[in-house]
Amino acid sequence: MLKDREYMQRAGGAQALSAQAIQESVLATNKVLKNTYLLLSATLLFSALTAGISMALALPPMTYLISVGIAMVAGIFVLPRTANSGAGIGVIFLITGMLGLGLGPLLTMYLELPKGPQIIGTALGGTGAIFLALSAYTLTSKRNFNFMGGFLFAGFMVVLIAALANIFLAMPALSLALSAGIILLMSGFILFDTSRIARGEETNYIMATYGIYLAIFNIFINLLALLGIMGDD
Amino acid sequence: MDWMKIGQAGLLIMFIVVMFPAVRHWSKNSPKAESGDWKAALLPLAGVILFVALLISMVR
Repeated sequence: MLKDREYMQRAGGAQALSAQAIQESVLATNKVLKNTYLLLSATLLFSALTAGISMALALPPMTYLISVGIAMVAGIFVLPRTANSGAGIGVIFLITGMLGLGLGPLLTMYLELPKGPQIIGTALGGTGAIFLALSAYTLTSKRNFNFMGGFLFAGFMVVLIAALANIFLAMPALSLALSAGIILLMSGFILFDTSRIARGEETNYIMATYGIYLAIFNIFINLLALLGIMGDD
Repeated sequence: MDWMKIGQAGLLIMFIVVMFPAVRHWSKNSPKAESGDWKAALLPLAGVILFVALLISMVR
């Protein structure tokens, strides 16, 4: 009888410990998700600020290439090494600030089109709506989209090779197909990344922010290109 | 403008080279999709296609 009681107490204790561990894990996941969205909001606002500065200064088109190059190098070589320290915050703001700076000349070019302001507004609103809808879908469905990893990365590689070829081929139809393909791939990456954060598989909110920011940035510039081409009679 | 094309190509090549290990990792280690998984992923992506088509019709 005493042994039974002891066993039950131990079992109860183990159950309580397990419940506590689950609760702690859920809290940690929620913290990563909250920090990711906070940092994402801050970096998007910072990008908007640097894009505004770039437009006000009327920086030349080559700014896009230079700033994207700097952001890419920082994202590949510096961010993974600093993501676990406070310096990572500075690096992510540097990357997103540079990407915003590069957007300036692109936006200036679109503003000069007859329907330019409408195209930019629609692309901005459309990107926000796609991101919010896909994030809400992933978080409410609680599905694991990890199975898409192989497909998304292989698809991204195909798109990169096609984009490389199109720099020299300059085929408008291929540009259009690439923009549409990138929007779909980046939408898939939003599902994939958000599911990884929500399931506690991505524990670094700086890297999580970087992944989602890049998806949003790519959706925006490709939506801009698609609307710019298709919006013209 | 040729140097711009060369610069763009250089950046893309660097990105392809850096991305390659991630592509190989996910191709080998992606979990298999269970029944209904692809349907759950393709549904929102189909929604994105319809939404982009709507946006295009709005600016035409």
